[in-house]
Amino acid sequence: MTGTYVIEIAGLRKTYRAKGRRDRAVVAVDGVDLRVAEGDVFGVLGQSGAGKSTLLRCVNMLERPDAGTVTVGGVELTALKRQPLRLARHGIGMIHQHFALLSSRTVAGNVAFALEVTGVPRNERRARVAELLELVGLGGRADAYPSQLSGGQKQRVGIARALAARPKVLLSDEATSALDPETTESILRLLLDLNQRLNLTILLITHEMTVVKRICQSAAVMRDGRFVESGAITDLLHRPGSELARGLFPLDAPTALDGHTVVDVTVSGAEADAPLLAEVARRFDLDVRILAGSVEQLAATRAGRFRLALPAGDDAPLNFLRERGAQVSPPVAEPVAQPVDRPEPTGPATDIDIRGAAS
Amino acid sequence: MTTSELTDLLWVGLQETTWMVFVSTVLTAVGGLLLGILLVLTAPGGMLSAPALSSVLGFVVNVARSLPFIILLVAVIPFTRAVVGTTIGTDAAIVPLTIGAIPFFARIVEAALREVPPDVVAAATAMGATRRQIVGKVLLREARPGLVAGLTITVIALVGYSAMAGVVGGGGLGDLAIRYGYQRFDTQVMIATVVVLVVFVQLVQMAGDLLVRRLSHR
Repeated sequence: MTGTYVIEIAGLRKTYRAKGRRDRAVVAVDGVDLRVAEGDVFGVLGQSGAGKSTLLRCVNMLERPDAGTVTVGGVELTALKRQPLRLARHGIGMIHQHFALLSSRTVAGNVAFALEVTGVPRNERRARVAELLELVGLGGRADAYPSQLSGGQKQRVGIARALAARPKVLLSDEATSALDPETTESILRLLLDLNQRLNLTILLITHEMTVVKRICQSAAVMRDGRFVESGAITDLLHRPGSELARGLFPLDAPTALDGHTVVDVTVSGAEADAPLLAEVARRFDLDVRILAGSVEQLAATRAGRFRLALPAGDDAPLNFLRERGAQVSPPVAEPVAQPVDRPEPTGPATDIDIRGAAS
Repeated sequence: MTTSELTDLLWVGLQETTWMVFVSTVLTAVGGLLLGILLVLTAPGGMLSAPALSSVLGFVVNVARSLPFIILLVAVIPFTRAVVGTTIGTDAAIVPLTIGAIPFFARIVEAALREVPPDVVAAATAMGATRRQIVGKVLLREARPGLVAGLTITVIALVGYSAMAGVVGGGGLGDLAIRYGYQRFDTQVMIATVVVLVVFVQLVQMAGDLLVRRLSHR
């Protein structure tokens, strides 16, 4: 991280009046603070109705927040009038869950539209369109209409269009939620590639843990309009009781075992691949049981999380693990409160289930 | 009546109908498009949200659409005199035809523009498009198939309305059918007129459908 923040949000609130019922207001965003460093990929994770979509739409003022400030690239957007805001938006790209392409224009036409809007002269557009389509791997489909494209190809058009004005920031509104896993993977790879090649700062919202796992350096967990936790993923992993850690590494195992101390151990960085458990077993002459766990490559770091059962009575092995940089905490029962990799819950019953488990 | 007399009557009627429908269609397209855009933009939550103006416009449109065309035709006679200088003849009929069709087409325009997905408009807004660009390059352009289909419906409705133009001496095929076919019990003229009208409407519809297919890429 470079220390400069490209997006800074402070005390953001947005309330909707329920239609036809003046007395009932729905608080969509309830006091959110957020800072995204230059070149960061920041993911806001939450279920539908958590307020993440409203939050994202407040970043480019598609929704006017009721309170709080939004600053992008040093410009306080919340203080701008219509015209300067319109110009400021040229520096903020956005991609959408359902692509939001113009059905009446070809692929090239859709990208050209973004150039027309930003005032790029006609004679420069053609070359820039070709360059952008090449960048997203759609060089050969310039003359196709959106209806002739697959979902992944449509999102590539969306990305090319969002990058037309060479923005510093890209906002992603569930950009992969309408795509199958394989296509999701290829779009995430593209986003990561653009993040690295163009030093593009990405703020995304998603309900898919995979997205956070694959491309995010930082993340926030959002529920009922608030951030439950937020920060660099490497930090969150080591925070006791982190919902993100539990979401990324669900441990489906008993939380107690007779005659044993059961603990959840999180390691990241070099320690994730070190023979740490073997070392504990050897050094303390213990039978360490792994009840559940995995080691995975995240975008931010390599990390692992295990549920271990150690013979009860001795804290020395746990202290040794802590000395070696592992986060050791009492086990938390599944199911995890955070969405793991599964489709958004549709019925209200599921919603209540999950919330019930969380409290 | 001889065949050549009948052919002459039909030919003149066809020319009058075509002229009335053509001119009023052009005027309706412009007027209805503007009114329809205004209805969408001023709607509550619209780009130029103006609820008071919106409900006034909506009311005026509804009133105009409630009036039977034959009443409208007579009611606007003073206005017609002011515009074209006469209250009888083909040109005089064009005025009430246009006034009757504009609110009809405006509602169709309104519905077609509302069909444009909100997230496409949001995407254009997020790109920093001006309101003029959003209306011209997003709303109207995306709604083009619906607008053309709606204009086709309007043209055919105008063919129907134009039958009443006889009241102000506008002539046309519909007038021919009423005066010769209905009032003089001349079945031959009646059938011939109806056949010409059916072919006319059929051609308009086919042309409209063809254009819609060309424009639609959904």
